[in-house]
Amino acid sequence: MSAAAAKAKRAVRRPVSIASFAQSENVRRDDQHNEVEMLMPVVAEVFANIGITKNDIDFICSGSSDYLIGGPFSFVTALDAVGVWPPMPESHTEMDGAWALYEAWVLLQEGEIDAALVYSFGRSSPGNLNEILALQLDPYYLAPLWPDPVSVAALQARALIDAGKGSEEDFAAIASRSRKDALSNPKAQVAHDIPVETLLRDEYVVSPLRRHTLPPITDGAAAMVLAAGDKAREWSDKPVWITGFDHRIETHSLGGRDLTSSPSTAKAADVAGVADGPIDVAELHAPFAHQEIILKEALGLDDGVTINPSGGALAANPIMSAGLIRIGEAAARIASGQAARAVAHATSGPCLQQNLVCVLEGE
Amino acid sequence: MPESEALHASHVLEYPYSRSVGPVIGAFLTGLRDGKLLGVRGTGGSVIVPPTEYDPATGEDTGELVEVGPGGVVESWAWVPNPLPKHPLARPFAWALIRLDGADTAMLHVVDAGGPDQVATGDRVTVRFRPAGERIGAMADIEAFVPEGGAS
Repeated sequence: MSAAAAKAKRAVRRPVSIASFAQSENVRRDDQHNEVEMLMPVVAEVFANIGITKNDIDFICSGSSDYLIGGPFSFVTALDAVGVWPPMPESHTEMDGAWALYEAWVLLQEGEIDAALVYSFGRSSPGNLNEILALQLDPYYLAPLWPDPVSVAALQARALIDAGKGSEEDFAAIASRSRKDALSNPKAQVAHDIPVETLLRDEYVVSPLRRHTLPPITDGAAAMVLAAGDKAREWSDKPVWITGFDHRIETHSLGGRDLTSSPSTAKAADVAGVADGPIDVAELHAPFAHQEIILKEALGLDDGVTINPSGGALAANPIMSAGLIRIGEAAARIASGQAARAVAHATSGPCLQQNLVCVLEGE
Repeated sequence: MPESEALHASHVLEYPYSRSVGPVIGAFLTGLRDGKLLGVRGTGGSVIVPPTEYDPATGEDTGELVEVGPGGVVESWAWVPNPLPKHPLARPFAWALIRLDGADTAMLHVVDAGGPDQVATGDRVTVRFRPAGERIGAMADIEAFVPEGGAS
């Protein structure tokens, strides 16, 4: 598709607004609540923010992973957080909530519904993430070797260093800035002001990745309400509009990719129209510090763009929710007037295998 | 509720099912059992290792199987100072993306080198199979790659 054709296609899309967003506290370990109990206050808040109830929405879509919870069809149980009666159209993605949001957005495009609830939840603490995340890899060639997520990310970081696109100092600077910014994020799990020189004294977990370049292990949940048509205006004086949305994936073969670039992000950014106007804020789902460098390049962001003012996934990384939270955080910057146009990004799979790009604009 | 009052119980979740690996992955795994490394020809004649039934770049069916290796080049690596219980080696090792001789893509495996100063991008390594009687047709039939020329 040519750039002009893509732009024309975006212009005829149905405007959809992010009417409300809520997230739980992000914590290392929440032993006191099960998934439903974690979600209930978040769902209650996302409705209360705009004074609506479940009866005002037409569709529910969630994102979660049975592998984290250790039980099949856990997403069915999670519906208890919203209430299962009377029944309503509902769907689930075994993916980050950002992809559940995409599914709801597609349904809103079809015009048969005007409002949707999206939620996602991930309790990382009960299991062993190093082993669980190895199971998302190719089951014949990769998973049998049990490459953990830090090791796989370290291969990417090394490739980035070898290509001259980043250094350990650059990675530390990203971690330092992110967690300093997180000091103003009340939902952040890891927030502190530690200079780069101090961080660089950290031990390697898997070289070239030192402790500070890793995301925290987080329990957390998030929810969002999408609105179109009259409801978008009814629920907000100044709606935050989704003006571009796309997601793309690369091969599951790690050795078949150039790990120092992200063509799937670049393609999604192209289709979503990131370059159609200036970007004020970018919320990037870069669980490992070095991945911000790759995403910044793929999205074509210059140094004037504020990246991850929330602290990003380095400040809190609730698996299955961290991508949806990026979109919520970007929308919050527009709603507050701090930004006019923002891009939010979510990732899934090893080394940024799959990427989603969402462009948001105020009015 | 204080932490001490939360009940904990261990729970092992398993999805026990068997898969048929098909003509390409199956050939590769059988090759490992026989002490051979196989790739497959993709679109334009490139050699994909480990092989897939389709070329990930074009989606087209792949063609003939070709033998590759046993040596190759380290394209990226990561040093594991503290191996996890399920890792292939119990002693410190390097994960590596290795482009085998004759291949156009890289394969993930481990390099058994003495320390992080003994592995580098661009290094040549060679395969070290398990003894023939121990091989079962799986990635673990490769014990590790080792620096070519025989360090460690």
